[in-house]
Amino acid sequence: MQADLNIILPEILIAVYAMLALVFAVYTGKDKLAGTLTYVTAAVFLVIAAFIGLNDGGAQSAFGGMFQDDAFARFAKVTILLSAAVVLVMGMGFLERRNMMKFEYPILIALSVVGMMFMVSAGDLMALYMGLELQSLALYVIAAMRRDSVRSTEAGLKYFVLGALSSGLLLYGSSLVYGYAGTTLFTGIIAAAGEGLAPVGLLFGLVFVIAGLAFKVSAVPFHMWTPDVYEGSPTPVTAFFATAPKVAAMALFARVLHDAFGGVSADWSQVLAVLSVLSMFLGAIAAIGQTNIKRLMAYSSIAHMGYAMIGLAAGTALGVEAMLTYMAIYVTMNIGTFAFILSMERDGQPVTDISSLNLYSKVEPGKALALLILMFSLAGVPPMLGFFAKLGVWRAGVEAGLFWLVVASAVASAIGAFYYLRIVYYMYFGEETEQGLDEVRAPVLWVLLVGSAAIMLVGVVNLFGVDSAAATAALALVN
Amino acid sequence: MIGLEHYLTVAAVLFVTGIFGLFLNRKNIIILLMSIELILLSVNINFVAFSSFLNDMTGQVFTLFVLTVAAAEAAIGLAILVVFFRNRGTIDVEDVNVMKG
Repeated sequence: MQADLNIILPEILIAVYAMLALVFAVYTGKDKLAGTLTYVTAAVFLVIAAFIGLNDGGAQSAFGGMFQDDAFARFAKVTILLSAAVVLVMGMGFLERRNMMKFEYPILIALSVVGMMFMVSAGDLMALYMGLELQSLALYVIAAMRRDSVRSTEAGLKYFVLGALSSGLLLYGSSLVYGYAGTTLFTGIIAAAGEGLAPVGLLFGLVFVIAGLAFKVSAVPFHMWTPDVYEGSPTPVTAFFATAPKVAAMALFARVLHDAFGGVSADWSQVLAVLSVLSMFLGAIAAIGQTNIKRLMAYSSIAHMGYAMIGLAAGTALGVEAMLTYMAIYVTMNIGTFAFILSMERDGQPVTDISSLNLYSKVEPGKALALLILMFSLAGVPPMLGFFAKLGVWRAGVEAGLFWLVVASAVASAIGAFYYLRIVYYMYFGEETEQGLDEVRAPVLWVLLVGSAAIMLVGVVNLFGVDSAAATAALALVN
Repeated sequence: MIGLEHYLTVAAVLFVTGIFGLFLNRKNIIILLMSIELILLSVNINFVAFSSFLNDMTGQVFTLFVLTVAAAEAAIGLAILVVFFRNRGTIDVEDVNVMKG
């Protein structure tokens, strides 16, 4: 019992912190404390991330296999915690200036992070469901955080309805898997599924579980909520949606497929390949007509989830490694891009029109250059890190014999490059407009934007151990 | 004699009713919430039926978790619905259209 509790200590600490902070804030300063709470929450995330990252105790499991603590879970948890901490600090200025700083915001983020940490460590369908719901319920509320805005509440409502539907699909799948495997433990399911082809009932359950998880990673054809939720939510919340929950959902996807259905990879790899190719093409084509940069980033994230899923479709350790590296790089690029979007304003009002970027390079050349590097990296133009992320999943795809998928993704990324390069075109060669952006003094955003752009260049030479950590993580999951 | 398959059929019918309720309903968001509840309850029937068939308690424990989460989910859904109604003045599904997605 004591050993079990020691293993889930990081999760317990954050959960207890969130509840104490809630009670404390309610009985004292309420929203006056919001700024302090945000910093404290970010600090707690950083400390826990260091605690998890420095612990290399191999693979342990707690509560009779319900909770897995291995290198894979630790890699995902550190990525989640770091990106959540950065996004919290990054969004503060934006929220404060618009009087939206509520003490519930950091607390809800902390609770959703606990949910994500349980998701990536799940060793049982029940643990998976509880983690997923803890994360989702907190996210529904955060999406509707701006209570006086039609867009924000509509985003929350749409996210809630479709999210609840996806949980329903996942649960129906879980119930079938339980019925045909006779257990909810992943170790029991993989034994019941056997090698080669799974029994029909299990296969049926697997399809529902995949559909439910595809909703959470916003893969086509389960992507409908993404553009609206990204557009409607306040920008700091959108930045959060685009980072930590995506990592958690992809890691959970890999965990379920390999831990519970690893023996029957032939059954699911084709399904994932189809989801992946649809996501890449829809993301690339639908983004072309967008005029709102937050909507554009939504389609961009759909496309990027498609590329990351090539790694999952490969069904090998190399594929999982490429997927994890891809997610780490993707999160870094997104943090930089959203740091820029948060600083887009005119007369003190936030702007999200892409046309407002016309000739931005004359207003602030440094930031324009940093955004240029990030856009090239998102598009996958060769000298940037984003290209090497794609190269990694392609290598995994080729080794698994998915040539058509790799070729299709190269085509999709060429189409997708168009809309990223259009932003660069506007910034450097656009037309003169009255509707330009103001110069904004926000040191935190500037540092994150330039830092993330610098990583896109430096990362090509040296990834600072992220690649080897991803390799260890993948080997812990796939054996 | 009523066997496992009868329970599974009822659950499947309820599940499909819930899914259709979500997609075909053009009137009211409250009906969406009811459809979601229907889906979760059909899953519960599945779990209890399997649990009794397999002589294994896990399914019933899962059911209790699902029930608890469904309650929390309904509370959050209604709360979001109330703020939406305050802003928009209507809860027609057709009026949830400020953003086109």
